[in-house]
Amino acid sequence: MRFVFEKRNTVSKKAFVLVPLVAFLVSLFLTGILLVVFKANPFVTYGSMFVGAFGSWVNFTETLVKAIPLMLTGIGVGLAFRLKFWNIGAEGQLVFGGVTATWVALFWTPFLPVWMVLPIALLFGSIAGALWAAIPGVLKVSLKVDETLVSLMLNYVAILIAQGLYYGAWIDPKGMGFPGTMMFPKSAWLPRFSGRAHVGLFVAVLLGFIMWFVLNRTKWGFEVKMVGQNPKAAKVMGVKIGKTVLSAILISGAFSGLAGAFEVTAISHRLQQGLAMGYGYTAIIVAWMAQLNPIASIFVAVLMAGLLVGGDQVQMMMGLPSAMGIVLQGMILFPMLAGSLFTDYKLKIISKESPEASV
Amino acid sequence: MIALITSILAITLRAGTSLIYATIGEIYTERSGILNLGLEGMMLMGAVSAFATVYYTGSLGLALIVSMLTGIVLSSLHAFLSITMRANQVVSGLSITLFGTGLASFLGQRLGPASNGHYLIGLIGEKFTPFAIPGLSKIPVIGAVFSQDILTYIVYLIIPVAWFYMYKTKNGLNLRAVGESPQTADAMGINVYRTRYIYTIVGGTLVALGGAHLSLSYAPGWTDNITGGRGWIVIALVIFSMWNPSRAIWGALLFGGINAIQFRLQATGTTISAPFLNMLPYIVTIVVLVLMTWFETLNKKVGAPAALAVPYMRGEK
Repeated sequence: MRFVFEKRNTVSKKAFVLVPLVAFLVSLFLTGILLVVFKANPFVTYGSMFVGAFGSWVNFTETLVKAIPLMLTGIGVGLAFRLKFWNIGAEGQLVFGGVTATWVALFWTPFLPVWMVLPIALLFGSIAGALWAAIPGVLKVSLKVDETLVSLMLNYVAILIAQGLYYGAWIDPKGMGFPGTMMFPKSAWLPRFSGRAHVGLFVAVLLGFIMWFVLNRTKWGFEVKMVGQNPKAAKVMGVKIGKTVLSAILISGAFSGLAGAFEVTAISHRLQQGLAMGYGYTAIIVAWMAQLNPIASIFVAVLMAGLLVGGDQVQMMMGLPSAMGIVLQGMILFPMLAGSLFTDYKLKIISKESPEASV
Repeated sequence: MIALITSILAITLRAGTSLIYATIGEIYTERSGILNLGLEGMMLMGAVSAFATVYYTGSLGLALIVSMLTGIVLSSLHAFLSITMRANQVVSGLSITLFGTGLASFLGQRLGPASNGHYLIGLIGEKFTPFAIPGLSKIPVIGAVFSQDILTYIVYLIIPVAWFYMYKTKNGLNLRAVGESPQTADAMGINVYRTRYIYTIVGGTLVALGGAHLSLSYAPGWTDNITGGRGWIVIALVIFSMWNPSRAIWGALLFGGINAIQFRLQATGTTISAPFLNMLPYIVTIVVLVLMTWFETLNKKVGAPAALAVPYMRGEK
């Protein structure tokens, strides 16, 4: 008797739910060991993280605040990953979206009707994110330049552009040298519904469902799946691969750009330090844990946001580093990846007599 | 003028050292067919573990050993996921980077002494200092090559050794065979899995040493993101060097040179604002990458291992 792994044709439904769940538990366990090493009680720590993130409505609104950009970037990144286009530039796309929304809010307001300021800021933020993602997209499609590196390098460029602006040209003249732009006019503020949680939440959730529908029920979504799984077959069937990839990348970037526009119009109301919080990187974890499913991304984003908020909480209450939450997040992907062997392959037991044993 | 060129060359080599360690490490890993995008996280972990060790023990040698062990652990993890578990290598590498970045930042806030609020940031420890080689360091301009710290001197040795091993030894031949065609290598009796494990781990060890050079010599101490994207730049440098260890020096000199020029410009005071000056390495990376890819399509062959990032399974085509 021996064991072999056989490639599955479809992803097992049970594994789809089970693998992320087990991965999360394994991550809790491994981080728990780290906590014990640093003389902290893991149960107490996780308890206060949970209370900090989900223990009260006020705390939960803070979790939602962080979940919104994670949903958008996670869905965006997930779309690109479906095409095996490794867009790890969500951070830069988010920042560039935020910068462009700031530009609209600060300099266009006098020329626009009041009701139009916010929609234009959000629209331009999304377009900016799409354009920022288009750079690696076009380079990949036309010249086959590695998109991982280009998109990643552009994160640094976008962050430095933002810095150059809020330290330099756009600095608030009345800010006494504080690095940041002027406060936006009220017309460019995105309404909040509770605490700092803003209406962007509904947009993000809605977009997640729309994305699911588009991927599963439209021709374009079908093409995206085909190009991602088997580009050769897609080509034979007449799918324009370059066009499909590029359109998906633009949408992927637009999601992150919108997340950045939300951050400046709803949370900070200005461009300042702290726009690049690492959401674009956490988005990779969100997308992978949700197995690139946009609806699942919504829920995973809330969980990941909870880890971030909980991490801040244990810093305040227990003096543990806030990076705690990030360590927990970083741990999740390892068991996830190890588990993917079981979602992609099935274990087959072959007895000696079976003719397959000669394989 | 000569003094200026000498000083730029000296800083270039200092800044390039960590890049060369990591580039040669990643060349070896990729030559075996494994793509490791975890470099940024591994360099950060190498840097933080080295600095914490030197802070408490005062021993630079021990610091190097600890950072190498860190590299071994993290690259073994990548090797296990991508070789044994056949996970997607891009995602596994990204995970190492995300995890390494988070853990390094966590340790930087936790490993320090209570008097510093457990922070490592802002502490001073032992560091590698440059020393001149008598005679050679007196040569105009070239003298800069011989007024470096020990880790840079080791680099001068590692480059030819890495080249010789890869192209002139049986092991090197086997390594390249595994990266080009694991099926053929397997048929020739080479253990593909073992070869990939070995060079992924050897590579990771060198990468962590690159990180250690940052916290022990180039920018002594610990700050979050001390690497500033060097781990990613190295992945571009591997392409730039066409997977040949002897060419690793050029990319490292280019990027070390950019660092040196930034240094000089900022020191002399310039009208270009700092953020825009700091963009230079990242933009140059993109330009280099585009040029190299374009060059590759013109010449057909640059040297990327044919089986790079393709998991191998015996008996599966």
